[in-house]
Amino acid sequence: MDLKDKLVSSFMAFENTVDVDAAVHDVRSEALKSFEDKGFPSKRDEAWKYTSLNSVLKHDYSVFPKQENALEYSDVKKYFIHDIDSYKIVFIDGKYSSHLSQTTHDGIDVCLMSSALSKPKYQLIIENYFNKAATKDGLSSLNTAFSQEGAYVHIPKNKIVEKPIQIIHFSTGNESALMLQPRNLIVVDENSHVQIMERHQSLTDNPVLTNSVTEIFTNKRAIVDYYKLQNDKPTASLIDHTFIKQKRESHASVHTFSFGGQLTRNNLNFYQEGERIDSTLKGVTIIGEKQHVDHNTLVHHIEPNCESHQDYKGIFSDKSTGVFNGKVVVDKIAQKTNAFQANNNILLSDKASINTKPQLEIFADDVKCSHGCTIGQLDDSAMFYMRSRGIPEKEAKALLMFAFSNNVLDSVKIPEIKQRITKIIATKLGVDIGFDL
Amino acid sequence: MLKINDLHASVEDKAILRGINLEVKPGEVHAIMGPNGSGKSTLASVIAGKEEYEVDKGEILLEGEDIDELAAEERAHKGVFLSFQYPVEIPGVSVTNFMKTAINETRKAKGLDDMPAKDMLKLIREKSELLEIDRKFLSRSLNEGFSGGEKKRNEIFQMAMLEPKLAILDETDSGLDIDALRIVANGVNKLKSKDNAVIVITHYQRLLDYIVPDFVHVLYDGRIVKSGTKELAHELEEKGYDWIKEEVNA
Repeated sequence: MDLKDKLVSSFMAFENTVDVDAAVHDVRSEALKSFEDKGFPSKRDEAWKYTSLNSVLKHDYSVFPKQENALEYSDVKKYFIHDIDSYKIVFIDGKYSSHLSQTTHDGIDVCLMSSALSKPKYQLIIENYFNKAATKDGLSSLNTAFSQEGAYVHIPKNKIVEKPIQIIHFSTGNESALMLQPRNLIVVDENSHVQIMERHQSLTDNPVLTNSVTEIFTNKRAIVDYYKLQNDKPTASLIDHTFIKQKRESHASVHTFSFGGQLTRNNLNFYQEGERIDSTLKGVTIIGEKQHVDHNTLVHHIEPNCESHQDYKGIFSDKSTGVFNGKVVVDKIAQKTNAFQANNNILLSDKASINTKPQLEIFADDVKCSHGCTIGQLDDSAMFYMRSRGIPEKEAKALLMFAFSNNVLDSVKIPEIKQRITKIIATKLGVDIGFDL
Repeated sequence: MLKINDLHASVEDKAILRGINLEVKPGEVHAIMGPNGSGKSTLASVIAGKEEYEVDKGEILLEGEDIDELAAEERAHKGVFLSFQYPVEIPGVSVTNFMKTAINETRKAKGLDDMPAKDMLKLIREKSELLEIDRKFLSRSLNEGFSGGEKKRNEIFQMAMLEPKLAILDETDSGLDIDALRIVANGVNKLKSKDNAVIVITHYQRLLDYIVPDFVHVLYDGRIVKSGTKELAHELEEKGYDWIKEEVNA
């Protein structure tokens, strides 16, 4: 039985295990139909031209594990940003771990999707927001059909949330192959501000496929900063879908750091539904071996006087492959739009490759839109310059790569996250550069 | 200190150096002059270990050791320093962090621990004062947006920090106004000692008024065709290079 059939035929059993709210049940059933119709994307789909899922779909995944697994904090501490006080929503093999989590209902809701989908007190928010930003493509529909667990964050108006929220999914490898469908909903009301970090971490070499959907709503003048740290095992794959709907004068930023995993696909969609909105999409990708990272972004400028800033850097070695497909749509009424997009890449080996494709669809006539892609190698003259000062080749390369990524690293607002990312990069490059950038 | 015997070097099969002989002793300042395309910068790059250049014949001995097989960083660790004609911009790496890395990597190569932070700060302060470099300048990205003069001053600042045995200044005077030239030359002179040596590569005699050479060599067509004392530099300034070319070609 192939994975699609297996998922479809598991649906009834899945519905029976979860506490079903009638409205959510309808959404799920409809989503299942959509998945049945569309199935998994293939390279024939334009948006998946450069990314084949064949190698990750071939495993016999367990699609909704029942077994509860436990982890000791000390064993997984290193995957947390542990040097700051934070809220934590932690899942092990798709199940909530209350032991590792720190949730709250004190003025804000930082808790579980499963509660939000079943308890009456969250009904209004679920009705207004759940599945209201996600698209109806096959993979998102699949996630919606099986949506049950994930993070639920609701920040009422006028709250500056001091502590960042960490959402972490661990997979233990207790199943020989595991498929996860995490579903997050983040609703940030007027004037509020929240910072969120998300991570998926496999702890063994058993294959894991995560098909994640996150919907984020930033209401009037809200600020959301979202950090995705992707540094998973070479047997773990992630298909991420993040949909952000912004209301007027809100600011939303998503930073995606992709350093590991077998196949990583980031679908990141921003919809600007008001004036004077600011959207930031940035990423650093550093991969090697046969890893594959695909960034597929969309910024839809629907209203006038908004800005978007995209800046993606990629460094590819060995036989790794990268894709950047950045689409910007400016509607006819979205005058005075400022939309910037940059994608710079360094190929460190002859066998590495990057496919980069900017797509601009501009229907307004008074806008500033720019895009630029570069693909190059490390600058030989810069290498010689550094080495002539006594900096060995490996360290000189690393320094140049840090320099290359610096624009993106610089806009990370939480110093501990920036430090952590710097450290991961240094470890990956096998250097100790001895200073904080 | 440095002894070059019959050095032939090429880039992409094009012979550029065709038999250089040069001996530089500790405490000496040598000037290498010559027309464009004579191989001056190539000589500097070959000594510093730029990989694009192939040494076809001959040897470069640093304190008696053949350094031909050594990587650029290993030569730097042994005390070779090249002040670049065109210093490279490295956005995202500050002058301070660059110097810290360079010094600590050099110490590491010698089996020493990292320089303590407070010693490093003291050294940076001392050497930046010598080159009249503003504090704010040190936190800027290396060479990015620096003026020509700032870049050259920064090169000599790096030299001051690294205290090389053999410093090669490749056209350090180009792009400098007279004030910057004085500051740079003054820096070099203060760093000079009986134990180190300087090779000044220049087109013009101007810099040699400030950094006075013990010997002047004229490089033409990949060979040193004439050597003399500082008077030779004056003669070249006055008469140009044509008479040398004629002499050689005759």
